[in-house]
Amino acid sequence: MYKYDEYDQRIVDERVAQFRDQTRRYLAGELADDEFRPLRLQNGLYIQRHAPMLRVAIPYGNLRAGQVRKLAHIARTYDRGYAHFTTRQNVQFNWPKLEDVPEILAELATVQMHAIQTSGACIRNVTSDPFAGVAGDEHIDPRPWGEIVRQWSTFHPEFAFLPRKFKIAVNGAAEDRAVIQAHDIGLDLKHDAAGRIGFRVLVGGGLGRTPVIGEEIAAFVPWQHVLSYCEAILRVYNLHGRRDNLYKARIKILVKALGIEEFRRQVDAEFAHLKDGPATLTEAEVARVAQHFDDPEYAELPAADAGFAARKAENKPFAAWAKRNVRAHKRAGYASVVLSLKPTGVAPGDISAEQLERVAELSERYSFGEVRVTHEQNLVLADVRQSELFELWQQVRDARLATPNIGLLTDIIACPGGDFCNLANAKSIPIANAIQARFDDLDYLFDIGEIELNISGCMNACGHHHVGHIGVLGVDKNGEEWYQVTIGGSQGNDTALGKVIGPSFAAHEMPDVVESLISVYLELRHADERFIDTVRRVGAEPFKTRVYADRAARLEDERKVVNG
Amino acid sequence: MAEIIKHGAIHADDWEVLHLAEGQDAATVEVEHGRWIVPFAVWHAQRDKLAARAEAGVLGVWLAGGDDPALLADDLVRLQLVAVDFPRFADGRGYSIATLLRARLGYGGELRAIGNVLRDQFFFYLRCGFDVIQPQPGRYSVEQLQAALASLADFSEPYQGAVDRAEPLFRRVRREVRA
Repeated sequence: MYKYDEYDQRIVDERVAQFRDQTRRYLAGELADDEFRPLRLQNGLYIQRHAPMLRVAIPYGNLRAGQVRKLAHIARTYDRGYAHFTTRQNVQFNWPKLEDVPEILAELATVQMHAIQTSGACIRNVTSDPFAGVAGDEHIDPRPWGEIVRQWSTFHPEFAFLPRKFKIAVNGAAEDRAVIQAHDIGLDLKHDAAGRIGFRVLVGGGLGRTPVIGEEIAAFVPWQHVLSYCEAILRVYNLHGRRDNLYKARIKILVKALGIEEFRRQVDAEFAHLKDGPATLTEAEVARVAQHFDDPEYAELPAADAGFAARKAENKPFAAWAKRNVRAHKRAGYASVVLSLKPTGVAPGDISAEQLERVAELSERYSFGEVRVTHEQNLVLADVRQSELFELWQQVRDARLATPNIGLLTDIIACPGGDFCNLANAKSIPIANAIQARFDDLDYLFDIGEIELNISGCMNACGHHHVGHIGVLGVDKNGEEWYQVTIGGSQGNDTALGKVIGPSFAAHEMPDVVESLISVYLELRHADERFIDTVRRVGAEPFKTRVYADRAARLEDERKVVNG
Repeated sequence: MAEIIKHGAIHADDWEVLHLAEGQDAATVEVEHGRWIVPFAVWHAQRDKLAARAEAGVLGVWLAGGDDPALLADDLVRLQLVAVDFPRFADGRGYSIATLLRARLGYGGELRAIGNVLRDQFFFYLRCGFDVIQPQPGRYSVEQLQAALASLADFSEPYQGAVDRAEPLFRRVRREVRA
């Protein structure tokens, strides 16, 4: 994992000093609210419903044990003893005091962490594949490129005040696990025919109010030029993106307005000037960064561990966990473990200070002291020996992090929603919890199989509802909280946007609605067909019909009860 | 007299910025005697008339966020002052315009940031090639400006290249991997 040198450390230290002074001036009345807002946002600080919220960057989702312990310490000292992992691999604290934030940032800086550009109209924290470096289908490790983009984008003076936020994701495997099609820039690492490394570049993707799937702007940009090429895209966007309407200010609107051909022409014209300029990457710099991501010292192990197989055969709960939460690893005898932050009744992505400390300790004992964050809001121990999985599972289970539901219906992605967020139209967490409670039976959950259910409390789509197999969007109807349901969305290589099934539902109806959708699937599915495959094969109609028929029947029952 | 920041120090300054009032026409507006920074539209319409004053160093041109700096390319040799207006401090087009003026069009004269120019952005202005920063008159006391001078050096070794230091950190210094 990347370790700071003196330059990296100096930059975060100088940032702490800068923000300390800005906060002091704000509290002294020298800085107006409007002037302070972008400054605090670019340090991840929101003013929320109940208290400020601080979003801390986890570049491409990588953490070390010492950093995880620091997060636990911050949760306990400055917050209410827990933290929340987000769909962009970051972590949020919901209850810090504004005047404590400079001190929190100073504490983070001691473990090479910061909150730089986790919000605001700037280039945001770069995200990537949580299984980078350990996945069998990887062509090129995306982490060094994530770090290179992180450094380039940190305090980029030309792009500090863009029309709107700007998100970059990097993927380097056959399967897209970084949602690159839903980012302002998606960087897809690949080899060309001659074996040289470069990037297929996607542009203009994004969820939010106007969901758009990114389009290919360049089939192959050689690695040396990737920063210059990004700079060309950003400059065209900075100069020509709309600034008159917040809702039309993302780059996707500019790309749509110009058309991808004209947008590409403008970017290429800009790139022609920048190509081979000083931003051109050198082999030495790439090698310097890449060294930080060299494989840990793996042991030579047999491909399959006999003890692991035997434990699975004799212990059903362990087998269930191994099936759902353990993933194949590129190295013989190793596996990656997903720690579920989705037990029933807890806000998806939430974790207590005690659990964080436990995770730090387990990562040191079993996985080279590293932890990854997934955009599905779970954690990963990437390098665990198969022979130690049983022992690890027992401890993870004791820490309530072993719910065997990864990729299943209760592994819900959800934003903080109306319980915390100022922007939200409706609550997300109670909906997630109610659905989890309804589908609490593990055998039933396993029978339903792989399905992604994503919930956003408003159209800003932090819960990625558009790309959920089932998507739930909180909407406001005359001051009441209602929920619109989509089906058929998906992330990954075949990213698709879900389609709305019809009129929205009240909160208490949501478990029934999901149950109706699932019952249609269970009746219509072919063998080994996932929910999303069935939706694609039969279309949305049977699902719609059943959901609203079941709803009508429920309303009829309620009417009868009311009328005696 | 306004206070400006030039080359890291506070100076008094008597340049005035001309804004077209409602109904005023760029082609016919009278640019009075004195040191004026005129909108690009006025320069464009009255170039022949104003060129001598520009060359004498008593007339400058300011660009708005929507103005294409390339349209000024042929005039840059005779202009000694170009300003870029920030209508709102959070409107960042001026950073790209300044970068293009310096790095693309080779402008070497005074480049001034005007408009809603705030101290917490001073560092970014300098990096993008502005050498003069002109906050709105009255926005800051002299004491506040004095304090703000410190923020010009908020970050001592930025990662990426920009106008002030064209080379990125990885070209400027030798970065080693720590054992």
